[in-house]
Amino acid sequence: MSSEDYLKDISEIKNLMNKSSRFISLSGLSGILAGVYALIGATVAYWLVINQSYGKLLLDGWVFKTCLVILALVALLSVATAIFLTTRKAKKNSEKVWDNSSKRLILNFIIPLITGGIYILIILGQQKYGQTGALMLIFYGLALVNASKYSIGDIRYLGFIQLVLGLICAWFPGYGFWLWVLGFGIMHIIYGTIMYYKYDKK
Amino acid sequence: MSIITNINKLFDHRIRLGIMSILMVNEYADFNMLKELLGATDGNLASHTKALENAEYIKVEKQFIGRKPNTRYSTTKLGRAAFKKHIDALEKLIKKQ
Repeated sequence: MSSEDYLKDISEIKNLMNKSSRFISLSGLSGILAGVYALIGATVAYWLVINQSYGKLLLDGWVFKTCLVILALVALLSVATAIFLTTRKAKKNSEKVWDNSSKRLILNFIIPLITGGIYILIILGQQKYGQTGALMLIFYGLALVNASKYSIGDIRYLGFIQLVLGLICAWFPGYGFWLWVLGFGIMHIIYGTIMYYKYDKK
Repeated sequence: MSIITNINKLFDHRIRLGIMSILMVNEYADFNMLKELLGATDGNLASHTKALENAEYIKVEKQFIGRKPNTRYSTTKLGRAAFKKHIDALEKLIKKQ
């Protein structure tokens, strides 16, 4: 065998290892859209707080409840978009959407996320509101880092960015809103765009 | 001479190399998963898994999922060591040239 054959062997090994253990049909476009939803949601919430609540967020007022509903809507829409676009992309790549690799990816993604979600709900119940933004960023970052082993490796770095933003946010809770916008809005758009050009446009 | 002996004859085939590659990064893989990933026919894949099984590089477990028989494979310690040695030998050969 020539060295070219050996090189071919190595690249075949790498390819099969990736294909059998990582789910790579994640759509970059869904990242961009998740960022857009987050920005729209944040804008509406901001407008409500400034104009309907005199710049203060009263915890028993309707504005606060509406903000929670907006938050849930943003999350729901982002997940739905991701499922829809990823299914479409997987079909195009003639990959199965629901196989071992995607199951493993989702499982490893939601373990930190659900733990964080429950934790945030518990401390909200105890009237500790200051760290909510930081905790959302931190647990989301951990979920991304954890999931990156089973998907496109690049989402690991998005995870690191969210973790750093989350820690900054814990230090300066007053900027929580803006760091949330930066992390969930702008970073998703930037990252989604990079992923879109790197993987989708081929 | 020493490098050549590290190249494992058993891995000198695309399908067998593929089976090992997949099993190195997955705890288990069943017959259908291997078939899909490698694009091999039933008979072809069966003969190659048999060869690896005879060398004791992979373990075979037959079980039932509901009523369907399911065959799943995993690597043995011996198989993992042999595969690593093979990869190292490939790397050395490429670097040498």
